Amino acid sequence: MNKASYRSLVVALMQRDFKVAMRRKSDSINPLLFVLMVVTLFPIAVGPSHEVLGRIAPGVIWVVALLASLLGSERLFRDDYLDGSLEQMVLSPAPLELLALAKISSHWLLSGLPLVILSPFCALLLKLPIEGWLTLMLTLLLGTPILSAMTAIGAALTVSLGRGGALLSLLLLPLFIPLLIFATAAVDSSLLGMPAIGQLLFLAGFMVLTLTLAPLAVAAAIKVSVN
Amino acid sequence: MALLVTAQQLSSVRAGRTLFADLSFSVSAGAVLHVEGPNGAGKSTLLRIIAGLLKPQAGQVQLFPQHSADDPDYWRRQLLFIGHKAAVKAELTALENLAIQAQLDGADLDDPWQTLETVGLLGLEDIPAQQLSAGQQRRIALARLWSSPAQLWILDEPFTALDTRGIELLQQRFAAHVHGGGSIILTSHQALSWQPSALQRLSIKHVDAELGYE
Repeated sequence: MNKASYRSLVVALMQRDFKVAMRRKSDSINPLLFVLMVVTLFPIAVGPSHEVLGRIAPGVIWVVALLASLLGSERLFRDDYLDGSLEQMVLSPAPLELLALAKISSHWLLSGLPLVILSPFCALLLKLPIEGWLTLMLTLLLGTPILSAMTAIGAALTVSLGRGGALLSLLLLPLFIPLLIFATAAVDSSLLGMPAIGQLLFLAGFMVLTLTLAPLAVAAAIKVSVN
Repeated sequence: MALLVTAQQLSSVRAGRTLFADLSFSVSAGAVLHVEGPNGAGKSTLLRIIAGLLKPQAGQVQLFPQHSADDPDYWRRQLLFIGHKAAVKAELTALENLAIQAQLDGADLDDPWQTLETVGLLGLEDIPAQQLSAGQQRRIALARLWSSPAQLWILDEPFTALDTRGIELLQQRFAAHVHGGGSIILTSHQALSWQPSALQRLSIKHVDAELGYE
């Protein structure tokens, strides 16, 4: 297999995931619906005042984004494991790390990117001052790939354990905390009129680090799980 | 004859139970290895060990010993494994399943329609696999055999859910593969109606049977 066929394999694998997601829409729409529900319920519960809502908006949006990504995480490799596709990926002549990266990318395009696109709407509902919108979008744009990559590691580790959902959340939540701190701090500083570039660069660094190393971890975890 | 598989003193322990111990065998090009044994004897485990999906408790398997030194990934291209789980995506159609399987195998699927016709799925190509019968889903999985460039096939119960016509067709394909210098390792509770020239049988018995385990 040469480089060109690796590329077409990655594309084919991502297309496969999209087709499966399109034919099982409820699975991919559920997390987004969850985000929208929480974001609409908050102003009703807390009250529509500017000061309170605008103050908690970055935190709420990010916490919801984290929980939403955990919601669908268990399924990332579950179907592939159950129908035997995961075994075939392990045995494929293509490097497993590359296939893991393809899975992470399609997961991000299906779960992370819609969240980024949805974020101005969430910001509007939660009355986030307009100065914070761009930073919020940027933090989500940099942060959701980290979520996808980390989730993939956890999902690959727990895929063979029948009901690994609770364990998966326990494994992943502590790893998400630095991300949460930097992302909300970035939005907070732009709300205060300060530059957020420092936090954003940190997030970008995290993203590059996780996207580089996660495929290796996912591949190793898959090899253990298919045993 | 070139050796494709050599296994030395394989032992496997699953869930605290010894499935088999000190199993040694080799498969040369053009040979068929029929692994036999009762349910739970460890046939699937053995096949997964040969395919490299499982590590044996002891012993070792060498695939393509002549090639392993200069090209460590050679075996990945030359091995085709179809296990109990057929790797057929329930949401995808037969045609889409065929395409993705060929991609993963690194095979060129020149004419998917021809393959579909051969395995008797023509006319059903645009129906999601979950709406097809078990035998038809099995045919989607086995369609890989017509496009794969692999020399060594490892097939776990390939005849499951197939009708007599399908079994006949599969054995014809086996014969052609062996004729072309390929090898097959398979498990089947069913006797082969086709008699390959180089048929080896490997029986796995319960090692622990005399100890009173079941």
